[in-house]
Amino acid sequence: MVMTKVYSWGRLNAFEHEVIDLSTSLLPHALKHPKSGLAYGMGRSYGDVCLNPDGILWNARTLNHFKHFDAQTGILSCEAGVLIADIQRLMVPKGWMLAVTPGTQSITVGGAIANDIHGKNHHRYGSFGDHVLAFDLLRTDGTSIHCRPQEQSDWFTATVGGMGLTGIITTVHLQLRTVPGPWFNSETLVYQSLEEFFELADGSEDNWEYTVSWIDCFSKHKGRGLFMRANHHQDDRFISQKKKLKIPFTPPFSLINRYSLPLFNALYYYLNAANSGKKISHYESFLYPLDHISEWNRLYGPKGFFQYQCVLPRSTGVETVKSILNEIARSGEGSFLNVLKTFGDRKAPGMMSFPQSGVTLALDFPNKGIRTLQLLTRLDSIVREAEGRLYMAKDARMPKDLFYSGYPRLAEFLQYRDPGISSALSRRLIGD
Amino acid sequence: MTNKTRIVIVGATSGIAEHCARLWVLEKEVELILIGRNQKKMQAIADDLRVRGPHAEIQVIEANFTDPKTIASLADTIASQGKIDRVLIAHGVLPKQEECQQNLTVCYNTLMINAISPILFAEAFISHLEKSNHGTLAIIGSVAGDRGRKSIYTYGSTKALVEHYVKGLQHRLARSSIKIVLIKPGPTDTAMTAHLKANGAKLADVDMVAAECVRAIACGKPFIYTPAKWRLIMGIIRHLPNFIFKKLDI
Repeated sequence: MVMTKVYSWGRLNAFEHEVIDLSTSLLPHALKHPKSGLAYGMGRSYGDVCLNPDGILWNARTLNHFKHFDAQTGILSCEAGVLIADIQRLMVPKGWMLAVTPGTQSITVGGAIANDIHGKNHHRYGSFGDHVLAFDLLRTDGTSIHCRPQEQSDWFTATVGGMGLTGIITTVHLQLRTVPGPWFNSETLVYQSLEEFFELADGSEDNWEYTVSWIDCFSKHKGRGLFMRANHHQDDRFISQKKKLKIPFTPPFSLINRYSLPLFNALYYYLNAANSGKKISHYESFLYPLDHISEWNRLYGPKGFFQYQCVLPRSTGVETVKSILNEIARSGEGSFLNVLKTFGDRKAPGMMSFPQSGVTLALDFPNKGIRTLQLLTRLDSIVREAEGRLYMAKDARMPKDLFYSGYPRLAEFLQYRDPGISSALSRRLIGD
Repeated sequence: MTNKTRIVIVGATSGIAEHCARLWVLEKEVELILIGRNQKKMQAIADDLRVRGPHAEIQVIEANFTDPKTIASLADTIASQGKIDRVLIAHGVLPKQEECQQNLTVCYNTLMINAISPILFAEAFISHLEKSNHGTLAIIGSVAGDRGRKSIYTYGSTKALVEHYVKGLQHRLARSSIKIVLIKPGPTDTAMTAHLKANGAKLADVDMVAAECVRAIACGKPFIYTPAKWRLIMGIIRHLPNFIFKKLDI
């Protein structure tokens, strides 16, 4: 048996895994093993939700076939290892698109369900699970369960956002939505305070499908940032493909550090502020800006980085985000990819789904060991007090009590776990 | 008769062939004839191709890959249905070298599937291309065929045989309009190389390799290394003097 080192996107640790390719013909056989396994797609979650140190990773990327597409209804059937990028590139020219996608297209459909990912149009379309019509869930005992919101609905709600712990998602049926073409009417607005951000966000909900914002965490004007919003544009002309940049190697230290961060934040703010206003953007550059730089996670150097994403109730949102920004400023640490976005007021489809009504803030910190962990612990107290919740797809270290309080349906969820499946995250937070 | 581009893919479940097919179905007016040994796998691939290229016509044929009579009549049948534009012969197996040494059945199968079978298919189809004096035939060789090395010489020797055959075929057809393409991929990330990946080998992305194959076949290039860096690497390995070569663990 050969062990392979596998990282998650945060590159905090490389763990040894036995990697087994899944293929349609091998499926039930590949799962019979004394050691626990975990389905692995692109490894784009940041922490340890996709890792199973010393155990098995079932490489689901080999399940990458489309099965059927109905051009009348927009229903797409495919295997769970198909990439979101493959679906978008094939379907957008036909006038269809996935209703919900995250900030990267380099993830599998199975991963999108297991983390119940959300995107910039949450207030309009909810999360990924809201558009899943059905899927087949293969358990390690060899049984397969056909799950739909109306049939085996308990298995459906446990598996959407279920971190891959309920079984292996093999085949998926998705409802796509129509689009006029690949172009967006987008607008970038500058805001100077959090109050202004919330005004913009609320004011844009009715008339803008996509909203997101970047917040400067270094400026003396606490809470200044850029608000981006967009709608689909009625134009189906050509599709341009930008050339991809690549970070060719991991630098020996983090290029995102205390000297470069204030500069990067100020540069990003002024460059975009100077270019603010309305324009026509391609959906790829609006929805997935970082996909143009492949392996950007290497910028954080050999020690990797932590992502920290929380969702906070709306009533205390302004004050809590302010406290978090102040705490970061006090620590002397900083973050660059700071995303602030309001979630719509709707019930998430999964028992363990992350999105809930309120505002979500995502931050990233180069890993400086204990110093970074201490800062994150202080942020935890702020989130705990505000009765917020942390996102498992980003997490490598949340304390158990915050996990329990954030995910009140945990006990119910545990009844649906597959005993042959385990992950670093499940062992850390659930105990097995 | 149709105006469609007719493409025959032998060994249609091979990773590189499947990814070539994914690119070909995006072309206008194309008919793909998939030949393989595993009906279930081919059906999944055909369904996938139908979603990717709803206008492409796709035919699936399950066949014996080692019987000369079956191969000849298969080629005759396909040729009788219309002019053939491209043939890609892509099948192969890659067992561990030690298994080929210890188990003669494994050794025999490797020689049969990688060397004899592709040549039978090529010979069967080339006679039809010759009749119409039209078309391109591509065979997947390997960088492993460039010099016998202890880590992979049984597999490598089959690919060397294929290369020798292709060169002869190119010579024979030099005055015709038929193009013969030899594709020599380096280790590529497909099901065939799963055990290499598990050993930590760096593998080329199959999408990229397939795109280069499709381009080479469209241009009718006599041979390509893909990724291109292997041309340099194998050039060095081929020219290493024996006293150095013998000391290397490759």
